[in-house]
Amino acid sequence: MPESIVQIEDVSFAYNGETVLKDVNMDIHRGDYIAMIGPNGGGKTTLLKLILGLLKPHRGTIRVNGGPPSQAAASIGYVPQNAHINNSFPITVLDVVLMGMLDRQKRRFRKNTVRRQEALAALEQLDMADASDKKIGELSGGQRQRVFIARALVTRPQLLLFDEPTSGIDTKGQADFYFLLKELNKTITILVVSHDLLVISRFVKSVACVNKVLHYHDQAEITGDMLETMYPCTGEDVCPVELVAHGLPHRVLQAHD
Amino acid sequence: MIEALQFEFMRHALLAGLLASLICGIMGTLVVVNRIVFLSGGIAHAAYGGIGLSLYMGWPHLPGTLGFSLASAMVMAAVSVNTRHRADTIVGVIWALGMAFGIIMVDLTPGYNVDLMSYLFGSILTVPAADLWIMLGIGLGLILLVTLYYQDLLALSYDEEFARLRGVPVTVLYFTLIGILAIAIVMVIQVVGLILVIALLTIPPYIVERHAKSLLHMMAGSAVLGAVFTMGGLWLAYQWNLTSGAAIIMVAGGGFIISELAQLSRRRHIHKLQ
Repeated sequence: MPESIVQIEDVSFAYNGETVLKDVNMDIHRGDYIAMIGPNGGGKTTLLKLILGLLKPHRGTIRVNGGPPSQAAASIGYVPQNAHINNSFPITVLDVVLMGMLDRQKRRFRKNTVRRQEALAALEQLDMADASDKKIGELSGGQRQRVFIARALVTRPQLLLFDEPTSGIDTKGQADFYFLLKELNKTITILVVSHDLLVISRFVKSVACVNKVLHYHDQAEITGDMLETMYPCTGEDVCPVELVAHGLPHRVLQAHD
Repeated sequence: MIEALQFEFMRHALLAGLLASLICGIMGTLVVVNRIVFLSGGIAHAAYGGIGLSLYMGWPHLPGTLGFSLASAMVMAAVSVNTRHRADTIVGVIWALGMAFGIIMVDLTPGYNVDLMSYLFGSILTVPAADLWIMLGIGLGLILLVTLYYQDLLALSYDEEFARLRGVPVTVLYFTLIGILAIAIVMVIQVVGLILVIALLTIPPYIVERHAKSLLHMMAGSAVLGAVFTMGGLWLAYQWNLTSGAAIIMVAGGGFIISELAQLSRRRHIHKLQ
């Protein structure tokens, strides 16, 4: 049994009385690379925020590294959705990465040379060191995402969480992104949230499907009952969604029965 | 302009304008990047309710206005803290109510009536020395606060969710920011009027934002640009005997239009090169 980094037990959550997540159980094991998929409004982002400690579950417990999520902040790297960030903001690439080093205990840090070097090293790892003095708004969507990954990596986290990482990024950029994640996954556990059922990296090791309830599959395949969770329907006649796939390297899906 | 400075009221006006530029450069930067321009307008207008109330109740003018404005600002902060971009309706309601309440209170007060125009456009040419000292104090206080909490303010303004993850006390900091904003706005309105405060809070930071590489640059650049507008406007007002507050705003507006046109032609130029 591999070691767990995140343990989610019987977690339920509701917004304004409306249940978003119900009795969710999941363990994230070290070294895993999970794609969390599900329809919009299905509770993926909520679950992500619960793991991050931004929200508290109404029932059940979440433990990160054996303790409450809020105490594990430095060991979790979070890459938010691109679209949520103000691109005209006056900030350089280096300052964005330095923001990652803000620390609960010592919040007022000086921009000393050691921290600068660490931030530059994180940018170097993502091939973005040359852009360190540029304004963040001057970069392309894909480049910006690399900067946010560097900001998440700068505290050397054990777990990286991505929220809709491929939205607003072109196909080539997406391919580069998934190769990058494959590299990172050699040392870091990865969880990627996506509403796009059809586009998951082929490097993904397991799939969690969230639509109020969670179906976890420790193999990287999408099965019939996962689709049922995603697009619930009683029979083929009422289901408007037919999934089409062709052979490797794209993944073959089971028939919709 | 040099000859104008032999008059004490002109020296005071110039100093008041420069101090207002400094305060508005710092606060305006935070207002523009946090997208709370409308909320600032709400605070500034609702403050008139405080003026009317103090007058009616016979309270000392400044504490009454400050208290009322802080209270209305806290309500606006509370409705906007979690849904930053959807609070505009309630801010609009408080904006209108505060203003109307102030006018009714002034109506109900027998005898002396406050001139609404002087609240709107201020009277930068009649600033007493005491007000200059108060503004200097606020300016220095702001510089100290921003220096101490720069990283937190930066994180809050740029990426609130990430700031929360890194242990920045986002909610407390946001309420503090709005509270300080209310104090700064009310104090500067006393001196230069509501309209000039809104202009100095928004125009210089907006122009500087696209050239600045950090919040600090943006604050410093906005303060300098505000000072240039103020001096230019005062000079125009002196030369052609115009209303000083309005002249300053017209100069700032001119700067705004020139900056927009320059940006437009630059973009076209880049487009052509490609």
